[in-house]
Amino acid sequence: MAPSQSSPAAGAAAADVAWDELRGIIGAEHVREAGASDAVAGVQPRMVAEPADEKQLAAVLRWANDAGVALAPRGGGTKTGWGNPPARVDLVLATSRLNRIIEYAWADLTVVVEAGTAIHTLQQALAKHGQHVATDPLWPERATVGGILSTNDSGALRLRFGALRDLVIGVTLALPDGTLAKSGGKVVKNVAGYDLPKLATGALGTLGVITQASFRLHPLASEARTLTFRAASFVDANRLILAAQDSPLAHTGLQARFAHDAPAAVDIRFEGTTAGIEAQCGTVRKMATAGTEIGEFSDVWAAREALWSPGGDAVTLAKFSVLPSKISAACEAIRRAAEQGDMQWRIVVQGTGLGWVCLESPRPAAIHAGLVALRAEFEREAGSLFVAQHPARMTPFDAWGSAGDALPVMLRVKQQFDPRGILNPGRFVGGI
Amino acid sequence: MDARILQEFRAIVDQRGLITSPEQLHTYECDGLTNFRVLPQAVLLPDSAAQVQGIVRVCHRERIPFVARGSGTGLSGGALPVEKGIVISLARMNRILEVDLPNARVVVEPGVINLDVTGRVSPHGFFYAPDPSSQSVCSIGGNVAENSGGAHCLKYGFTTTHVLGLEVVMPDGSLVHLGGRTLDAPGYDLPGVFVGSEGTLGVTTKVILRIVKRPECIQTLLAAFGTTGEAGAAVSGIIAAGMVPAAIEMMDNLAIQAAEAAVHANYPNCGGLLLVELDGPTAEVAALMEKVNEICNGCGATEVRLAQSDAERAVFWKGRKAAFAAVGRISPNYLVQDGVIPRTSLPSVLTEIERLSAEAGIKVANVFHAGDGNLHPLVLYDRRIEGQEHAAEALAIRILELCIEAGGSITGEHGVGEEKKMMMGKMYSEPDLETMQLVRCAFDPLQLSNPSKVFPRPRLCGEKPGRYEPHPLEVAGLAERF
Repeated sequence: MAPSQSSPAAGAAAADVAWDELRGIIGAEHVREAGASDAVAGVQPRMVAEPADEKQLAAVLRWANDAGVALAPRGGGTKTGWGNPPARVDLVLATSRLNRIIEYAWADLTVVVEAGTAIHTLQQALAKHGQHVATDPLWPERATVGGILSTNDSGALRLRFGALRDLVIGVTLALPDGTLAKSGGKVVKNVAGYDLPKLATGALGTLGVITQASFRLHPLASEARTLTFRAASFVDANRLILAAQDSPLAHTGLQARFAHDAPAAVDIRFEGTTAGIEAQCGTVRKMATAGTEIGEFSDVWAAREALWSPGGDAVTLAKFSVLPSKISAACEAIRRAAEQGDMQWRIVVQGTGLGWVCLESPRPAAIHAGLVALRAEFEREAGSLFVAQHPARMTPFDAWGSAGDALPVMLRVKQQFDPRGILNPGRFVGGI
Repeated sequence: MDARILQEFRAIVDQRGLITSPEQLHTYECDGLTNFRVLPQAVLLPDSAAQVQGIVRVCHRERIPFVARGSGTGLSGGALPVEKGIVISLARMNRILEVDLPNARVVVEPGVINLDVTGRVSPHGFFYAPDPSSQSVCSIGGNVAENSGGAHCLKYGFTTTHVLGLEVVMPDGSLVHLGGRTLDAPGYDLPGVFVGSEGTLGVTTKVILRIVKRPECIQTLLAAFGTTGEAGAAVSGIIAAGMVPAAIEMMDNLAIQAAEAAVHANYPNCGGLLLVELDGPTAEVAALMEKVNEICNGCGATEVRLAQSDAERAVFWKGRKAAFAAVGRISPNYLVQDGVIPRTSLPSVLTEIERLSAEAGIKVANVFHAGDGNLHPLVLYDRRIEGQEHAAEALAIRILELCIEAGGSITGEHGVGEEKKMMMGKMYSEPDLETMQLVRCAFDPLQLSNPSKVFPRPRLCGEKPGRYEPHPLEVAGLAERF
């Protein structure tokens, strides 16, 4: 039973909410009526609140919990459409004013930062000491620390430096009852207590609101070089990806790009010293089919973000996860589904087996049929399909897919953290 | 233990898998932390997940607490039995079930020995990265429970980095699958909380591991310094130069002496010894190692040696890996600690440890994972001398407090277990701990799975989080807060 259904408070209409109490907590000037652009996965909230700091944010949560106000936490608002439409949303709780870098211990390669800080702002500050959080999320100018953590958004750097779960070393979580709880810390190595930073990462704000996070940092590369190779087929591209992965190359990016109207390509990036890069380029050239090297383009790593650029309501964006050896089979399945539905398609898939697909069609029914077929196919092979964006007119389609026999445990975790179901009710896996 | 329950256990694991005789039970009364001992009621050795489920179902029905145990090498009492409880040893579940080289996945049962994973895949150029010093005997299940690290986690991460999925017998006996073979399985990152939960959330019966391709080149450099301060400056220099070595280890003079006495690694007799390991593409390593050499010399190294062969590399490491046990050569008893500090606090914390050590008249040998600030102070004492054990324990606690004051942690890789649970309240506030315990309540509301570990006091599940309300058990006088 999903918590959003189990809680009597969640069912109560929030029409008679005492918004003045909220104004009293954070100041009237920081509470405003929500507009159309504040919609959460297509559902219109009533108000937007921007607390000044984590104490105020926690106080707002406590008030909302007591008043039965359902809320959606929001950072830069770049991924507010991700997940299922909320069962209810009265309030958008924005972290925009929690935007300070609290402690940057560059010699320790760690940083503590407030959740509303934009990634790009953070990375600029870290670059002054030649460091970065080794992650390349979507829309870094607007996306925030709390937002990328909550959506677990990662790009090509993940292959070498790990996912956000591997980079985040501490979080402070604000819980619905107003508790501010720290877990982890600001040292890289720490096994004291449960690893709540990992639990909060990818939880879409359904367990608590991240108010600050600490990260381990990596040095920025002094030099980087990307080689691009043409691939004759999905299989050919998959072969090169597996060969690179099965070699001692220390690449920091490895992706394949496919599209209905463009030749297939594989990009590989090396970082480090000139000598090291040179030697590795030599090695990978021997792996690739002779004569297929296209050139060196550093902008190919923007390809994932570019999948969104067509925009409009005809576009569907989904993330898939398959075993690296199944990349070609997955892409073949996508092409098949797209051609059956007369859709345009583009894919960017990384060596980790994580990929993104853009499907474009004026017919929502075709997209729906394609997604159903693809999810079934990927889940059969131990993979998954997450739908981040689809046409508004499409028949409802669960954004996440199956959590398997772990779902009851997830429901109990949710019940413990958010017993009244006020945090993003219904947006997450299995009705959470 | 009730004969009826024993009979039921026997029916599940057979006579061969059930230990009840006191002399055999003594083997299981402690783990690597030998100053805590509790005799279990029985030890069960299941050989399948179904048998583990059967055992746990009985425990759940009868409210019998259970402690899962791998090889029993843990250093914080994680596998210490609990009063009136049983031990579930996973030693018989030691099969490597699947090796998937193209996808760099290996599926193992929990009793598989850490080093055996590497042994199995090394002919194909792969290794399993987490390398605790006990890796030749410790089990993957134990590593999962403790989120074990090792010398190479600076670059490669911890057990949690390398566990993609888990099969778990929940404390009610149900079987669940957390994570999976592919990345980003839908839902909460439950492997993320399960790894490192020290056996308090259930018993893992299958683990999907990620293996790593062996780098083209590995080089290890040994540098001798007059003081740990100089060695520490070299570490800072290496980090500041933008390098992420595979490992940076530091030993002080007492630790060097101990290692020499035990394994004759031919370490120079100096104040501070550094081992720096770089790995990666050959050309890259060669260029960076030159830089490391310069930095060490610039920081006053009295001797710098670069291992010229794999055999010599192994000897460099032998002294370091043997250091804990080696201390037994120079002291009849010792405590191993596992604090973490921000690396830059190293000089001040070391000075303070030295001062406290002199003040207490208790020697401390220091071994560090210097790259990530993980200290292993070895507090040396002689139990036969009245008051020394107590003084040593007090000093060990004081050192952990120093770590907390420096903004660090009471444990980097050994776990909290029984040993450090009372320190948790110094590192975290009450709301922090209460919040962690929400996870406990979701997994194990009856608190049967390794109860009384990690947290200073059990949480009574069903309490309203955050705000205090007396639990019915408290009202009835059956439980108390402290």
